[in-house]
Amino acid sequence: MLRILVCLKQAIDVSQLKADPSTGRLVTAGVPRKISDFDKNALEEAVRLKEKLGGEVVTLTASAEDAKTSIREALAMGADKGYFIYDEALLGSDTLAVSTALAGAIRKIGDFDLILCGEASIDGFSAQIGPRLAELLNIPIVTYARKVSVEGETVTVERALEDRYETVKCKTPAVVTVTKEINDPRIPSLMAIMKASKKEIVNWKLADIYVAPEKVREAGWGVKIVDVLAPKVERKRIVIEGENPAEIAEKLAKALIQEGVVGR
Amino acid sequence: MSRQSGVWVFSENDDLMLELLAGGRAIATVRNAELAAVLLGSAVESKADKLIQHGADKIFIVDHPTLERFQVDTFLDALTTLVKRNTPETLLVGSTKNGKELASRLAARLEAGCTPDCTQLTVNGEGRLVTKRIVYSGNAVVTATYIRKPQIATVPSRTFEKLEPTERKGEVVKAEVEIEPPKVEVVAVNKVEVADVKIEEAEIAVCGGRGIERKEDFKPLEELAQLLGGQVSNTRPLAEDRKWFTGWVGLSGKKTKPALYIGCGISGMIQHVAGMRDSRVVVAINKDPEAPIFEVADYVVVGDLYEIVPALVEALKKELKK
Repeated sequence: MLRILVCLKQAIDVSQLKADPSTGRLVTAGVPRKISDFDKNALEEAVRLKEKLGGEVVTLTASAEDAKTSIREALAMGADKGYFIYDEALLGSDTLAVSTALAGAIRKIGDFDLILCGEASIDGFSAQIGPRLAELLNIPIVTYARKVSVEGETVTVERALEDRYETVKCKTPAVVTVTKEINDPRIPSLMAIMKASKKEIVNWKLADIYVAPEKVREAGWGVKIVDVLAPKVERKRIVIEGENPAEIAEKLAKALIQEGVVGR
Repeated sequence: MSRQSGVWVFSENDDLMLELLAGGRAIATVRNAELAAVLLGSAVESKADKLIQHGADKIFIVDHPTLERFQVDTFLDALTTLVKRNTPETLLVGSTKNGKELASRLAARLEAGCTPDCTQLTVNGEGRLVTKRIVYSGNAVVTATYIRKPQIATVPSRTFEKLEPTERKGEVVKAEVEIEPPKVEVVAVNKVEVADVKIEEAEIAVCGGRGIERKEDFKPLEELAQLLGGQVSNTRPLAEDRKWFTGWVGLSGKKTKPALYIGCGISGMIQHVAGMRDSRVVVAINKDPEAPIFEVADYVVVGDLYEIVPALVEALKKELKK
């Protein structure tokens, strides 16, 4: 019986972001939220391990915003129960503060064989929550997994690094962060969605997991955001046209020589 | 704890460590502080001189047989002990995948903040480190600063240019530390054919995307890169979905900032653009006139890469001979 906990972040749907044209500041209010892409891969992997080896999958989310729709989606994908730390004190929290809250919740929920996270979130992309959790819980961690298998108390993982794949082993309990390529997350059936509405979402405040609010408010952060701006793109966007590929190529070659970027 | 001061750099990648010294030097100068490099490994003392020549005032060395091969578990133990003992104010770590894991775990152990993949580092009026980095899949640049110390940041390769080496004096400190046996055991390592090992350093980058139907069709791109003395790379789907390569250019992969970037059959997903936006001149070749890559290109070619790329090779051969 495997007990797996999956950390789910409700992320900003980055494809729908817009900047305020007068200030260049990014507007995140009103932008749709979704389960962060890689976290969905982590959930899918957890559900597959459960289907193969038996056990239980629970999800854990911490947010200052309502994330129940996202958690409901995770339940439809095959999680058995969702834990939700829904507390406005988490507004603006950095990875130090969020990992403290998540670790508090995990200690309260109980023992797990595996804690799965996405390699990073699709919005902040800090890749810190998994590694920080492993340290707070004092258990092994394997990052960037593209394959995971569990046998008894041993987890075997293939890690995708820049120039190599590394096969590593460690004992459970362990934290594993997964890449997008590990699987294709399922799209839940109508039946699964209906069944999910009967599954439990446990709502907690920070007090319920014995985490003091000052741990997650500004005094507890390591880093604070000063500004979020749309990146400046100043490109010439010169369209090179011609009768045939040879003519286009010639014009382009001349332009590049003039730019001084070739033939130096 | 004594007052926190000093700027430290560490990377398991020797080249990246030299680049970090350049970034660290600027911060150390503003803070009127010492710049130190951390050298971990087995029989690594010979590397100390080069680090001093590239800007380090001090080298902390941990020479330990268990550090012969890089592993986050063991290197983290050594680094944590050194940081706790010597209390630097700022620590820059090279942004490799392992480097980011190391920095995050170190931050957790020290209850510190950590900012990953910083593309700019400055110091504000209060003496605190200010970082810039790309978030929201390339849609935003976030500026952040630190509330507590030590201030930990990870920095990707090619963010800073190495300093010119000069003859200077530095102090070498050898430290003894306890290292626990690693919790994670490496059982196999498979090097995979890597087309783009040096894409971060390329002066000219020729990149292929999903518009390339078969791996063999990279040939004209390779020819183009070879002609110009550049490197070939690719987008994430070609590595991870089609398994043609292991690496890629993009937010989650490598960052390239060449003088010339030529994107062939690349749609221009924001994640890919995040890895090439700092290129000086961008050429995009794509059949689809609506391809988002054209928004971030200096030269837009709407056409079939299978025709344009070979024609460009011929045209450049001709024009460059003149």
